[in-house]
Amino acid sequence: MAGADSDDSLYPIAVLIDELRNEDVQLRLNSIKKLSTIALALGVERTRTELLPFLTDTIYDEDEVLLALAEQLGNFTMLVGGPEYVHCLLPPLESLATVEETVVRDKAVESLRKISHEHSPVDLEVHFEPLVKRLASGDWFTSRTSACGLFSVCYPRVSSTVKAEIRQHFRTLCSDDTPMVRRAAASKLGEFAKVLELEYVKSDIISLFTALASDEQDSVRLLAVEAGVSIATLLPQEDLEALVMPTLRQAAEDKSWRVRYMVADKFSDLQKAVGPEITKNDLVPAFQNLLKDCEAEVRAAAANKVKEFCENLPEDSRETIIMTHILPCVKELVSDTNQHVKSALASVIMGLSTILGKDNTIEHLLPLFLAQLKDECPEVRLNIISNLDCVNEVIGIRQLSQSLLPAIVELAEDAKWRVRLAIIEYMPLLAGQLGVEFFDEKLNSLCMAWLVDHVYAIREAATCNLMKLVEKFGAEWAQNTIVPKVLGMANDPNYLHRMTTLFCINALSEVCGQEITTKHMLPVVFKMSNDQVANVRFNVAKSLQKIGPVLDSNCLQTEVKPVLEKLASDQDMDVKYFAQEAISGRIKKMKRNRK
Amino acid sequence: METPTKLPPSSPSSPTTGFSVPSAEKVDGFPRRSMRRARQRRSHSSSQFRYQSSQVELTPLPLLKDAPVAELHDLFCKKLQQCCVLFDFLDCVADLKGKEIKRAALNELVESVATSRGVLIEPLYPEAIKMISVNIFRTLPPSENPEFDPEEDEPALEASWPHLQLVYEFFLRFLESPDFQPSLAKRYVDQKFVLQLLELFDSEDPREREYLKTILHRVYGKLLGLRAYIRKQINNIFLRFIYETERFNGVAELLEILGSIINGFALPLKSEHKQFLVRVLIPLHTAKSLSIFHAQLAYCVVQFMEKDATVTEHIIRGLLRYWPKTCTQKEVMFLGEIEEILDVIEPSQFIRVQEPLFKQIAACISSPHFQVAERALYFWNNEYILSLIEENCQVILPLVFGTLYRVSKEHWNQTIISLIYNVLKTFMEMNSKLFDELTASYKVEKQKEVKKERERAELWRNLEDLQERRLQSLTEASRNQKNLQERENTTKSQSETSAANTT
Repeated sequence: MAGADSDDSLYPIAVLIDELRNEDVQLRLNSIKKLSTIALALGVERTRTELLPFLTDTIYDEDEVLLALAEQLGNFTMLVGGPEYVHCLLPPLESLATVEETVVRDKAVESLRKISHEHSPVDLEVHFEPLVKRLASGDWFTSRTSACGLFSVCYPRVSSTVKAEIRQHFRTLCSDDTPMVRRAAASKLGEFAKVLELEYVKSDIISLFTALASDEQDSVRLLAVEAGVSIATLLPQEDLEALVMPTLRQAAEDKSWRVRYMVADKFSDLQKAVGPEITKNDLVPAFQNLLKDCEAEVRAAAANKVKEFCENLPEDSRETIIMTHILPCVKELVSDTNQHVKSALASVIMGLSTILGKDNTIEHLLPLFLAQLKDECPEVRLNIISNLDCVNEVIGIRQLSQSLLPAIVELAEDAKWRVRLAIIEYMPLLAGQLGVEFFDEKLNSLCMAWLVDHVYAIREAATCNLMKLVEKFGAEWAQNTIVPKVLGMANDPNYLHRMTTLFCINALSEVCGQEITTKHMLPVVFKMSNDQVANVRFNVAKSLQKIGPVLDSNCLQTEVKPVLEKLASDQDMDVKYFAQEAISGRIKKMKRNRK
Repeated sequence: METPTKLPPSSPSSPTTGFSVPSAEKVDGFPRRSMRRARQRRSHSSSQFRYQSSQVELTPLPLLKDAPVAELHDLFCKKLQQCCVLFDFLDCVADLKGKEIKRAALNELVESVATSRGVLIEPLYPEAIKMISVNIFRTLPPSENPEFDPEEDEPALEASWPHLQLVYEFFLRFLESPDFQPSLAKRYVDQKFVLQLLELFDSEDPREREYLKTILHRVYGKLLGLRAYIRKQINNIFLRFIYETERFNGVAELLEILGSIINGFALPLKSEHKQFLVRVLIPLHTAKSLSIFHAQLAYCVVQFMEKDATVTEHIIRGLLRYWPKTCTQKEVMFLGEIEEILDVIEPSQFIRVQEPLFKQIAACISSPHFQVAERALYFWNNEYILSLIEENCQVILPLVFGTLYRVSKEHWNQTIISLIYNVLKTFMEMNSKLFDELTASYKVEKQKEVKKERERAELWRNLEDLQERRLQSLTEASRNQKNLQERENTTKSQSETSAANTT
């Protein structure tokens, strides 16, 4: 280490600090991001005695710089000399935890949480916990907000008197004057409850939870919902009914749709937390109400949970509950006035078939699937089609094929190219489930039609789709059904379509194999090297480079090379360039093979 | 690629093009402004209607103007109670008769409060406030358009406006009535009431916010006990808007009220008010939707300065701190605000901020966006600012000279170049000696900068080399330690196994 020490003199702190103080924000930011480099140059002792005091003093800067600083300091333990000295990092982080900008504060809290684990229990009580207390009783709301995130990391490792103080501080913040602090406290309530002893969960946390859940501001109430779920997982079953259920029930019927939305959004977690009995008695009716809520946002959130909720119902009564309580609501949602609700439902409804089994699916669910396949909104139809695999396992896709086809055709011809693009992506999946016959009969022509779509993105996706289909149905199928059609386009008067032929060849040569490529595709490519449009010619050069690996070396030497050489002396600059690229690429590859 | 106009207007696959827009957007997540704009105004209704348990049939009451004086108050009260019934306005044909009766009653109440004297007696206060609360306080519905952009999109209008407007009108007349007694009202218009009133400012409907603005202003004016509370809650709304949600529709309206409140602050300014300026108003400049309320915000800021010149430095340094880095549109707004501030700045305050300020102005002049450069250069057309610059020419000219000189040679826009020539000419006339000196030393300065740049690169290169070496030695050290430990462990486990074997 002696050699390294002598380097220190090269870097007087002043020079480094000048960098951190540079007038240009960008330069300052760059320097802060390399703070660890500076600290390493200074060594642990000077980092502690010179660098950190400087950082603590110059906390007034652009938020961007402060954010970088807050992040750096979280990883600084080794640079100040290890866990023994980690508390040196607290002063700058404490200041950062009080700034206005939320992202900076959050990052500072994150770093504080990180280094809290590196404190010894003694240091935690001597240095860390007083910091938390100072933040918790700060004047401005920002420091109190930051404090909320720090209680849970020090609580488990301090003495019981300090524990009592921490609980008291948390209690105070839960009834803080500013809603910002109450929101922060509410969002950390669940986390804090987890580290508390069960007796204090019952005596302290429950009353805080109840108070926050009936706050005057809905932004606080909605955060209490999540805390409620966490608390419910901590309590023994027999206490749930008395301690948390009244509050949760009230949240599910809150007058603010935001709170109800939150309940719907957390419903699966809630269900797991409270167990089967309460689910049967309380959650089922609550869920029904959420599915029938007057706000579409809430209905959509609940609709998203239909499958998960049903899956997690107690097995003994699952089917009865679904059939008598849930399904009627689901039926109504199929014809909801809001498309987001319908599409949320469409993304999960197929999953019910595995839960309900074959007969129920055919009798009750199939009509719903069919109705959604005919929905006026393309997203709903897409969501149904994208989840076909769940139904396929239970009743086979054939049951649906009659309705599926018109739905696919409609989407395939939708005026929005983004919708067309989405359905193309499901084609390989559909092809696999519907089988080759059905595909050839009904869908093949669609796939070919996309190749001449007037939007490039669709043509490109269609090319890729063909490759995936060949992977499914095999080279022989390709040779009989799609290769002739693709090659036929080489004579199209539109040069864009002629290029599509080349793109398809690029994609298909590998999956089709050497024989088809050499026998059928290559002659067409050669012929196109005489095309009058330069774009086609240079794409010939690119294609030859792409399909080269599929061909045998004899063919490359005797047939491909002359064509490329001819293109390399083309009058068009781009054609020349790509031909040369292809030749040199080929040479490189051959050399590599020889090695 | 495709444009919406190229599409067949009614392809068989998409029943209504308007309807399928958002879903198509969802597919790839790219919202398309042009199509969104085509959306029609929609009206929405809040969920309050659902919570009314049973529908009451209304029967028309006798007219207020026909009532004998003895029965007037009783009838007024009955009408107020009648107006507490809510109607479903999304179904526009539902209960037309009831809606009409309520509308007529509200109209009568408005007229009575506005024109006749002695109507507002004590027992009517709770009834009136109850009627108002029942009608206006509701949870605002979710926005129809989750990416609602107040500048681009049409707002969703409140469906129940035909009644709601009359209720607001009544409330306003009630507050403005010469008979209105704050001492009686304060029992019912309390903190909870005000909080709910403030939450309504988030309404998307601009007509509603307009009423709310006037009403809150009256409440602030008449109910002195609520003033501090109102200011605090507005603070909270703004802080939440800035640091949490970035969504609140009524920022401009609240700022407008504050503009007149600031006007009335007593001197010297209380620390609460200064804190509001520094920690709330200045950070409001960071909002993405600044353009919607910038005029009102700048007005508030200038009000503060005119009240107390000592806050000037806070303001300017605050604006410089939040200066937009990537949004040129906002940068132009900031420059506009700076000019408004400079228009009323005291020369003694100007001196305190001129250095950082003109560094920023120089940076704006070298912006490749010509509107930013132009806006900054316009400062030299402002006579008062020009006089300030002239007085401090010794400080300012060296700050901006380099930029002016460079940009005059390289800017792409002719207007900017000619504006810069004018500015250079002005400076030459102001102080030709300094100007000549700076021209002479320009090249030397430039070279100095290049040299400094080189030194910085050198420093960092060395630092990184050093880091590499140190890290290497550190990893080596830890590797050695690990090896050592492992060796110990293996010997330990060996001895353990041998011990186990022996037992």
